[in-house]
Amino acid sequence: MNSLRKKLDKLKPHFHKGGRFEKLQSVFDGFESFMFVPDKVTFKGSHIRDSVDLKRTMTVVIIALLPALLFGAYNVGLQHFKSTGVEATVMRSFGFGFLRILPLIVVSYIVGLGIEFIAAQIRGHEINEGFLVTGLLIPLIMPIDVPLWMLALATAFAVILGKEVFGGTGMNIFNPALLARAFIFFSYPAWMTGDNVWTEGLTSGQNIVDGFSGATPLSLCAAGETSKLPSFMDMFIGTIPGSVGETSTAAILIGALILIITGIGSWKIILSVFAGGVGMGLLLNAISANNYMELPFYYHFVMGGFAFGAVFMATDPVSGSQTETGKWIYGFLIGVLSVMLRVLNPAYPEGVMLAILLMNLFAPLIDHFVIQSSINRRLKRAKIALNNSVK
Amino acid sequence: MSRSIKLKKGFDISIAGSAEKLIGACSYPARYGVKPVDFPGLIPKLNVKPGDNVLAGSPLFHNKVIPEIVFTSPVSGTVITVERGERRKMLEIVVERKGDEYINFVKSDPSKLSCGEITDMLLKSGLWPAVRQRPYNVVAKPGQKPKSVFISGFDTAPLAPDYNFIIDNSPASFLRTGISAVSKLTDGKVNLVLNGNTKSSTVLTDLPGVELSYFSGPHPAGNPGVHIHHLDPVNKGEVVWIVNLQDVISIGRLFEEGIYKPERIIALTGSEVLKPQYYRMISGASVSPVVNGNVRMGNLRYISGNVLTGTKIASDGYLGYYDSQVTVIPEGDYFEFFGWAAPGLDKFSFSRTFASSLFPKRNYRLDTNFHGGERAFVMTGQYEKVVPMDIYPMQLLKAILAADIDAMENLGIYEVAEEDFALCEFLCPSKIEIQAIVRSGLDLMMKEMS
Repeated sequence: MNSLRKKLDKLKPHFHKGGRFEKLQSVFDGFESFMFVPDKVTFKGSHIRDSVDLKRTMTVVIIALLPALLFGAYNVGLQHFKSTGVEATVMRSFGFGFLRILPLIVVSYIVGLGIEFIAAQIRGHEINEGFLVTGLLIPLIMPIDVPLWMLALATAFAVILGKEVFGGTGMNIFNPALLARAFIFFSYPAWMTGDNVWTEGLTSGQNIVDGFSGATPLSLCAAGETSKLPSFMDMFIGTIPGSVGETSTAAILIGALILIITGIGSWKIILSVFAGGVGMGLLLNAISANNYMELPFYYHFVMGGFAFGAVFMATDPVSGSQTETGKWIYGFLIGVLSVMLRVLNPAYPEGVMLAILLMNLFAPLIDHFVIQSSINRRLKRAKIALNNSVK
Repeated sequence: MSRSIKLKKGFDISIAGSAEKLIGACSYPARYGVKPVDFPGLIPKLNVKPGDNVLAGSPLFHNKVIPEIVFTSPVSGTVITVERGERRKMLEIVVERKGDEYINFVKSDPSKLSCGEITDMLLKSGLWPAVRQRPYNVVAKPGQKPKSVFISGFDTAPLAPDYNFIIDNSPASFLRTGISAVSKLTDGKVNLVLNGNTKSSTVLTDLPGVELSYFSGPHPAGNPGVHIHHLDPVNKGEVVWIVNLQDVISIGRLFEEGIYKPERIIALTGSEVLKPQYYRMISGASVSPVVNGNVRMGNLRYISGNVLTGTKIASDGYLGYYDSQVTVIPEGDYFEFFGWAAPGLDKFSFSRTFASSLFPKRNYRLDTNFHGGERAFVMTGQYEKVVPMDIYPMQLLKAILAADIDAMENLGIYEVAEEDFALCEFLCPSKIEIQAIVRSGLDLMMKEMS
């Protein structure tokens, strides 16, 4: 540790202004502060600072994502061996799936962090930790068979046009991870819809056993075949086809618990997304014009990306609503829109991604009205004071 | 009728080193410093030069814009230096003490004086700067009439002195005379706000001429800004004045004895102090007699004031004009290997992201390390938890950064001071210099409105 510290101190001058590698200063500082919390001390304002920083905050989110990631790895293997009709142990499924997910994670991080490093150097800022989470979220919301070049392109699009052009982490309007998914969804729809992309190997047509269908619960519902749905418990546990990390509601709830206990994720948003889903689900149940509408409302929570979106996407503090009252409204509308898009829109089986992106756009408007009410209270108070002084 | 208000928002920082309720003996310090930087927005102009002899109450410098506001020497002796910083900014005027000679300001009974006569007395004695105004948190403008005056009878800042203990050891008659002088300055009420959680000294509860209110809750429940917001909020164009409790005593002494003697009881606190306790000191006194030999070894941070809002001073630096507390904590100039990734059993945090939050509360030895690097605003909903006012802290900060005057006004800039945002700065995961931002907003508004 000490020798590492000494080595860094020796290297440091080369990376600072005037040094040989001054163009890599942000990268060096990034790695240095990754290994060592800097020795910087307070000099004005508060003399003591909380131990928490953005690195810690992002670490907590990554820990919260781990259950979904690990289960996702297992499920990728499970679905693959189901499709090929091979009996496999849990460990073999997990190992197979993990090796298939790894390239997605590596590509996402290399492309995203590469762009972050360049952007930070151009601006002369320290490297922001935001992408540590985004870089893991992106693979988790992709179909396992997505080509790596497509993933790289989508990540680059999300980071450059979704984030850096607005000024980097903290300034973006949309959730970058969802932008990456939306990019593929609209540019290469064949890779984001249909029954084949969700199971590894299905797109290349490897020895598929007869009768295996890679259809996700949502596409079954969209086709009106609700009777063919897996059991509620299977969908809750997550042994169903779907994006890598979204299938297991159970694993996602563990993550939600971590986020809520540590206070990093807003419980208000998570709860209100589910409340919105319940509201819209019950309304559709009441109408019951077709099979899909008759589906009990709670099925929506275990199908597709509803739980994943509520817990990990809607709670993004930057693109979400920033006022506490606003968070209730923002979350509720995401829940309502997600279920509405799923059931009433014939074009897209899944509605969570679009619902969240749409509400990202409206979050500033919601905040505006919430803050305006505080402003109005203040103006009213001033008016009363003025009237009293005139009398 | 007294009002009592319970606040839920806020946060008490668990920091080690609170002062024992004892008043220690210490030798009289030889040097005293008056610091123009204690007064935000002040452009100082010197009245003395090094070598001049002064009495307690002689002007050292004055406000260039309002020359009636003078800042006087707390003791008699010789001016030895005028310390200057960058761009010749005046930092401190140092007086070496010799004897106990006071300028005679002629004692009088404030209840028989007019508002103008009291103002004059405060101005020439150098006690006027003890009267501060909201909005802007600066020295009050003489001649104005505030709609009310606020005196906070307790301090909730980390390791803050216990005012009940201080009051029980201070002359009660000075306090009563001081209140009667201060009450002449306004046509409205003089509000004395006490701690609703503990029993207050009977000297305070029986004080005539004040309207009592009780606030309870975590820090910043003791901040005058919070009291004003809930009891008599500042609207655009209105002015409220605040005076520190111990300065009211000095004002009382001025009228009863005719001298400027800003004596106060201060708490010496912090984890690095060997015997944290109270001391009697004159405002501006060098802290060296009380800290010498009374602190642990190591690289230390000396603070005049509390850890959230105080000013960094040298180990032989001077007590600030408004401060009743000196804090000594360790400096945090060390690297920490993967510090952000450790479980953090020994790390103190407002968030619940460290293992320490699983264990019962204990007091921590907090240091001055930044614990990270500065970033853009990312997390939301954190500041709101520690600002017990109908104010949106992050939106106000962004309005200040954008220098959007209308938005600042709408979002409540007139009601806040730097200290009301100190906890936001402490807990900010993006490590933003929030108090400096608030100050720059107040300065901008003051410039725009004058």
